[in-house]
Amino acid sequence: MTQAPPQPPPTRTRTRVLGEPLNRVDGHVKTTGAARFSAEYHYPDIAHAAIVHATISRGRITAIDASAALDVPGVHAVITHENAPRMQPPPKPSILNLATLASPTSVNYLNTDEVHWNGQPIAVAVAETLDAAREAASRVRVTYDAQPATADFEREQPNAIPQKNSPIMPASGSKGDAVAALAAAEVSVDLRFTTPMQNHNALEPHATTAAWDGDTLTVHDSTQAIDWTRQHLAHKFGIKAGDIRVVSTFVGGAFGGKGSVWPGTILAVLAARVTGRPVRLMLTREGVYRTVGGRTPSAQRVALGADRDGQLTALIHSGVTQVSRVGGGPEQVVSQSRHLYDAENILVEQSQVPLDALPNTSMRAPGEAIGSYAIEAAMDELAYRLDLDPIELRMRNEPDRDPLTGKLFARRGLRDAYALGAKQFRWQDRTPAPGSMRDGRWLVGMGVATAYHPSWQFGANLTVRIDADGTVLVRCAFHEMGMGGATAYAQVAAHALGVPFDAVRVEYGDTDLPIGPAAGGSAQTASVTSSILEAAAKLKRDLRKLAQRAGVSPTEPPTTILTRAGRDHLTATVGSDTRLGQITGQVRFMTKFLRDRRRYMKAACGAHFCEVKVDQDTGEIRVTRWLGVFDIGTVVNAKTAASQLRGGIVMGIGAALGEETLVDRDTGRIVNANLSEYHVPVHADIPRIDIECLGDPDPTMPLGVLGAGEVGIVGVAAAVANAVHHATGRRVYDLPITLDKVL
Amino acid sequence: MKPLTYLRPTDVPSAVEAIATAPNAKFLGGGTNLVDLMRGDIEQPDTVVDVTRLPLADVTELSNGALHVGALVRNSHLAAHPLIRGRYPMLTQAILAGASGQLRNMATVGGNLLQRTRCHYFYDTTTACNKRTPGTGCAALTGFTRNHAILGTSTQCIATSPSDMCVALTALDATVEVESTRGSRRIAMGDFHVEPGDTPHVETTLAPDELITAVELPPLALARNSRYRKVRDRASYAFALVSVAAALRVEGDRVAEARLALGGVGTRPWRATKAEEALRDAAATDESFMAAADAELASARTQPDNAFKVDLTRRTIAATLRTLSQGAQK
Repeated sequence: MTQAPPQPPPTRTRTRVLGEPLNRVDGHVKTTGAARFSAEYHYPDIAHAAIVHATISRGRITAIDASAALDVPGVHAVITHENAPRMQPPPKPSILNLATLASPTSVNYLNTDEVHWNGQPIAVAVAETLDAAREAASRVRVTYDAQPATADFEREQPNAIPQKNSPIMPASGSKGDAVAALAAAEVSVDLRFTTPMQNHNALEPHATTAAWDGDTLTVHDSTQAIDWTRQHLAHKFGIKAGDIRVVSTFVGGAFGGKGSVWPGTILAVLAARVTGRPVRLMLTREGVYRTVGGRTPSAQRVALGADRDGQLTALIHSGVTQVSRVGGGPEQVVSQSRHLYDAENILVEQSQVPLDALPNTSMRAPGEAIGSYAIEAAMDELAYRLDLDPIELRMRNEPDRDPLTGKLFARRGLRDAYALGAKQFRWQDRTPAPGSMRDGRWLVGMGVATAYHPSWQFGANLTVRIDADGTVLVRCAFHEMGMGGATAYAQVAAHALGVPFDAVRVEYGDTDLPIGPAAGGSAQTASVTSSILEAAAKLKRDLRKLAQRAGVSPTEPPTTILTRAGRDHLTATVGSDTRLGQITGQVRFMTKFLRDRRRYMKAACGAHFCEVKVDQDTGEIRVTRWLGVFDIGTVVNAKTAASQLRGGIVMGIGAALGEETLVDRDTGRIVNANLSEYHVPVHADIPRIDIECLGDPDPTMPLGVLGAGEVGIVGVAAAVANAVHHATGRRVYDLPITLDKVL
Repeated sequence: MKPLTYLRPTDVPSAVEAIATAPNAKFLGGGTNLVDLMRGDIEQPDTVVDVTRLPLADVTELSNGALHVGALVRNSHLAAHPLIRGRYPMLTQAILAGASGQLRNMATVGGNLLQRTRCHYFYDTTTACNKRTPGTGCAALTGFTRNHAILGTSTQCIATSPSDMCVALTALDATVEVESTRGSRRIAMGDFHVEPGDTPHVETTLAPDELITAVELPPLALARNSRYRKVRDRASYAFALVSVAAALRVEGDRVAEARLALGGVGTRPWRATKAEEALRDAAATDESFMAAADAELASARTQPDNAFKVDLTRRTIAATLRTLSQGAQK
């Protein structure tokens, strides 16, 4: 930890801490470069590793010649399937042991001659310097027995397999007879959409520094799941999880791309094992594309039927996505369509295409981010058919209960979000006819779309200690990938204990701490908050008891009680890190989770308002204004929450206008594995983005907190597409919306 | 990147001597392209001769009004130079439309003239590329071609020339000054880059042992009313889908004089001579601007992914000339 030690409480206590837009506690170390990321830990004798990637999609390695690589000065080893020590194959993902979810593929890298995707790691070179390692990697000569590969998502769609339901993520659902209702509808649209494969491009490429000391292992890894990483490595290398320490204090963005144990981590640990040296392996940008999954492409159909007043009678949303033959999961592209609109008849279903490809993985709001593009652009098109304002159409179909299940919404602020947004964005200035608004040579368009993301909560073990000097220490192995967790949870603890924010210190990102949740599903804040509240309640109880025993009034501040009782500190513990404790915790959590889900539909939601300008001559599209109004329940830190939501919108603008992974149809090779030709937004693409949060607590969540990490991206591409349609009259059904599609 | 010998001469005679004697040597300017290519094993020199210490970093005005630009003037400096901004606005705009501030601070004028294509397949050593390895074929012909050329292509290569600066220099009829142990010579910008034909690995008429020492910009009153319009997939930091460097003088309602060059569509910086011809004495209207564009684009050969560039080029030419004609009439 590089955070400053806790400060004694100031004389004046801040009256309100929850929700305040406080600066990040790690802002200073990050902006000055003092924060150390996983590739910045220095060990004496450190060696550097570089990966050799397969250049075919499917087949076997018939020969691998490392002699030229070994001739490079400074090379220590070239590890291939011919000389690598045996490792356990990855465990099969199982809901009974969540840590197995960290296995993104079934491939036992460097323990097999089989190639399953173009880019699969097949060797790793270890050398004194990074340059020597990379030069050696480039000199490894590989010959293959290539077999025909199935790599073209579009061509394989007719062979899609219907997706099975799981108790956590239902793939399909229906109410009434949507097909018949669509056929009978007075007004209808029946539309096809496609979205391309997208790849993770966090600022920090995946990096690992691994150091063995006998049979104990220390790993600095850029991960969203340090405990899962520890368990996965223990399984792979046949050692006890307790003998592994995973440290991940600072992570330079993750977005789901660092939620699994990708090959780089395993190969760094392997290279360190083989060479007896601490090893650093940071993926090249190209290496991220070749070894870390991205977002699946999708082909979607949305069909909507309505009566003349705009009441939906039929809603059909189906999606085809891709998985790998060696891993990857179904992307929930139709999931939000189960919950958005009060249609009499609903049918949602998904199917998937298995390919010889790198497995897909979670990427910020997996499913919803691209599924919302289809459903929300279709709603806009229906609004035009009905000659209704797109917001009005949504409000006429805003449900009181979850449309498919009839469950109660824990809360749902969509009506308020649209009302506030429309006013603030001056929606009334919009003239509905496409192409009717201009600004010189620019065609102006305004569009809206709904954001929706389910809220989750996981178990979080932690301790909270209060010292006699008034400082508080929260210890929990949660993750900080830029969201502001350490700051927000200090606010929660300060709020719960009634102490000043500056008196709280938070330790995280280290498996030596009580086990925290994996950072995913926008669930970390609710999960950690819940345990902090529990610990704070325990501490208060214990303080009262202590006060009684010491003959002090329980209304005295904790410092007085502890001092008078002769105690240095008092600690409250939530959860147990023992194996039994973990299993009990998981069972307890799953039981509560499933019980809760039977009763309530819990989700964050919001309304996006987008203005674009489109050049009348060249079709260049510029996003010129943005407002997002969100219901994320209680806001813990107004600054970091807005930053999260804003970041989601930026990423969504990327998906709307630029991002597209080009995969060669025959070789399955990613063609644009670099930031030059894979277009994420640059500063000039992003306007000022205004964020509003309604701020009312969700009565079913700890402190009323819903997740804020993912909801921001949901609906963004649709809002852009709808604005582009309004500006130009062109409805674009295939992301990204490049200028040639509106010419 | 393989180990190599690094030399850093401080005068031109030593530099050209070094390149003539060291086997498989390359000049290194700002390194913004060559170093990338070396890291990707696309260029594999045994020696690099760093020329950034040579005294070639000045912009001077000659007695005939021409500007002499040293080959080592950084792109940022050239773009910001008052004489360039005032006399050749299209050149300033072209440079500023390229790369990023950091890259422009490093990139040199000489290096920019030799910038190599951004074709995906040229950069991926696992794929066939006649430009990278002559005779291996062209993966682009069956691949993703959104970024590829529609003018000057051959059956061997459809890679686009990526430079923005060179498009403006082509429109301005600049001259490239080069030097070797055999002496010095001047190459007209129009003769500097060549189409791929059957030898796509040959991109210029510069000999391997020749050093670019300067670029000379001729005096051109017309260029004061000039513009560089770049159309691309995001607002900044992307290569052109289409770019237009244009200068225009309108007398009455007719075109008196015009210069036009295109980027993003040609296998070399593309001087649109047919369009210039069509514009001569034409009405300064959108119709004749479009007709001029059509004259140039009649020979375009498109691929499935880049067919849109024909229409986009027409529209961008017309829009740019329209803007200039409005400016000229003011």
